[in-house]
Formats: sequence, C-alpha cells, structure tokens
Amino acid sequence: MNAPKHIYTLLKKDLLLELRQQYTFYGVLLYIASTVFVLYLSLQQPDSNIWNGLFWIIQLFICVNAVAKSFLQESRGRMLYFYSVAGPVQFIIAKLIYNAIIMLLMSLVSLLLFNIMLGSPVIRFGQFVAIVCLGSVSLSLVFTMLAAIAAKAQQQASLMAIMGFPVIIPQLLLLMRVSKAGLGEAFKGEALSDMMWLLGGLDILVILMAIILFPFLWKD
Amino acid sequence: MRKSWWKILCSVLLLYTLVGGLLLDVPHKKILNETIRNIYFHVPLWFGMMIMFTCSVIYAIKYLRKPDLTNDIYATAFATTGTVYGVLGLITGAIWAKYTWGKPWSNDIKQLGAAMALLIYAAFFVLRNSITDIDKRARVGAVYNIFAFAMLFPALWIVPRLVESLHPGGAGNPGADPRDMDARMRIIFWLGAVPGFTLLGVWITTLIIRLRLITDKNLLHV
Repeated sequence: MNAPKHIYTLLKKDLLLELRQQYTFYGVLLYIASTVFVLYLSLQQPDSNIWNGLFWIIQLFICVNAVAKSFLQESRGRMLYFYSVAGPVQFIIAKLIYNAIIMLLMSLVSLLLFNIMLGSPVIRFGQFVAIVCLGSVSLSLVFTMLAAIAAKAQQQASLMAIMGFPVIIPQLLLLMRVSKAGLGEAFKGEALSDMMWLLGGLDILVILMAIILFPFLWKD
Repeated sequence: MRKSWWKILCSVLLLYTLVGGLLLDVPHKKILNETIRNIYFHVPLWFGMMIMFTCSVIYAIKYLRKPDLTNDIYATAFATTGTVYGVLGLITGAIWAKYTWGKPWSNDIKQLGAAMALLIYAAFFVLRNSITDIDKRARVGAVYNIFAFAMLFPALWIVPRLVESLHPGGAGNPGADPRDMDARMRIIFWLGAVPGFTLLGVWITTLIIRLRLITDKNLLHV
C-alpha cells in the first residue's frame, strides 16, 4: 500500500544525490558536448541519413555512460541498507524512473547540440522530439536492467556494452527507421504507427521483465 | 534399446535427409535452381537453434524457481548447442546467399537477427565466466538468459514482418516459404530434416550434460 511512497522516496534520494554531487551530471553533459564537437570537427554538416545514424549511436553511448553509474555508485553496504528498508520491486521501479528522467534530459540536450553544431535536417520537429523522447526512455529502461545485471559481475562497464549492444539492436534499428519520419520521409499506410506501437510494447516488456527478474538479482 | 530408440530414429532421419535431400528430384525454380536443396539443412538448423534456446530459457526459469545446479547445467548445455546450431545456420545461409543473392552478407534483417542472437549468447558466456561464485553465476546467468530471450523474441519474429527482407515469404511471413516446396520436398523437410536435426541437437546436449554432471559431481551433492 505504501509502495508508491517508497518509490517516491527512493526516487527523491537519487535526484537529491544528483543535485548535490553535480560532477557526474556535468560529466555526462561534457561527454555529450565533446563528442558532438569531435563529430563536428570530422564531419561538419553531414547529410540527413548520416546525421540520423550518428544521433542514435551517440544516444546509445550516452545511455551506457549515464545509466552505468546508477548501480555502480551504490556500495555494498548501502545496498544492504536498501534491502532492509525497501522491496526490490520498489527499488528497481525508482531506478527505472530516475534513469528515464536523466536520459530524457540528456537526449534533449544532445538533440539541441546536434542541431546547433551538425546542422538541422529535421523537418517535422515536433514529431522528431516525440520520437527522441520515446527512444531515450526505451534505451534507459533496457540499460537500467543490464546495469543491474552487470553490477553483479566484475569489469562492469565493459560487460554492459557486451551484453547491451546486441540486445538493443532491434530497438535501435526501429528508432533509426522511425525517426526518418521526422526527417521528412513518408511512410506507407500504418507502418509508422505499427513501429511506434512495437517500441512502446517493448518498453512495457522491459519494465515487466525488470519487475519479475530484479528480485532474483537483489539478494546476495 | 528402450532408452536409445530416439538416437536410432535420429540417425535414420538424418541419413534419409542426407540421401534424399541430395539425390531426390527437386522442383526447378529460377535463381534457386539446385540450391533449393539447402532448405533441408539451413532451415532445420534455425528451427533447432530456436528450440535449443527455448529449452535453455525453460531451464533458466526452473533454476530461478528452484535453485538446483543441475538446472543451470541443463540451461548452459542447451545454450551451447543452440549457439553451435546458430553458427552453422549462419554459415549455410551465407553460402546459400552467395549463390542466390550474389553475396554472402547483405544486411538482410534476418541475417542481422541471427548475428544478434549469436552475440547475445556469446555475451551470456562472457558474463558467466566473469563471475566466480558458482551460485551467483548461475543466478545472474539465468536472469540474463531470460531477459535476453525476451528481447530477442520480438527481434526475430516481429521486426522482420515490418521491414522489407530478401528472405522468401518476406511480406507477412518470416521463415520458409511453403510455396517453393512441392509435396515431395515437404515430406523430407518436415518428416526428415526438422526432427532429425532437432534430435541431433538434443543428443549433443545430453552428452554435454552428462559430462558436466560427472565433472561437477562434488558440487552437486554438497
């Protein structure tokens, strides 16, 4: 009954930590800025297909960086404390929401930087922003679950990439395909909405899997 | 005899597939020509792979419900055989593609799906090896196994329906196109090749399991 309250408290704790130790947040921001700058130096104004591909690949790397720390920063002792005050389901839901918020923010910032530095091939801006929001949430959900798994093993950062990239490929391909709508490509019939539904369905699948599977990772 | 009937059946079916598949007459199609015989080997390997991975996930779920290392050994063994079948399926597919589509790899959505499946299971083995504690390894491995399978399923079965593909039956139906096979081919395919290769996979898996059960004997009965 007080599950929502627990989730809210855990979420608030994560956000407060973020506000107090801003170096991680700014670290990721700087990561975005320098990556986009390097891309600008090497490509200047790429055509829309390359722009789109690069954008999503950069989202992927930002996501690995931003989400990885969410479990790595929790020490053993602190995990033990959470174990005693909250349930695993509340804990993972709080993490999923927190990472989705962070990733949403980062994606919008990188979209802005991409538009400033690499030119703007986006024609239907509103549609593209909506797709970016959906995409960044999808990425963050999958990688939150993978970070939870990787946190149990050694060499966590590299393991996350190894485990995550093959798993995320279908979503990434779909996102690249769908986001071409924002770049002015016309889709026939229901194709676009079908793919959007599929992405949304995958998100729900990931959330369900996280809720079912995380309790098994939780106990040590 | 009572226990080994399916091994005899497996050998007979595979022998039948091999002889019948290479010697019996096949319909003459444009582009495909004689390469259509590959359908007896390439497609059953995929069927086999999917069945092995599904068995692996079932044992992973069983492990999470009841933490018994035997279940973990079963899950890993099935994943190993599935990966081997996947590699073989990819190779037979690449050979087939070279003679029909002109090049072994054309970024077809189903080739990508296959490559993804193999990468996921390769990551599964890396993940397992990076954890030293046996119970923890089994638990984390089972969680990743289930999660990856759930993510892989839509990628292999739903996405190919939405994106154009070079594979036959692309519009609406991933998998073998039944229109290309005539009645005789269907008999060899469904009665010989598919059960034959699946049984072979199970046979290989049972050998791996028996070996692991012997080597890990002291872990299992503590």
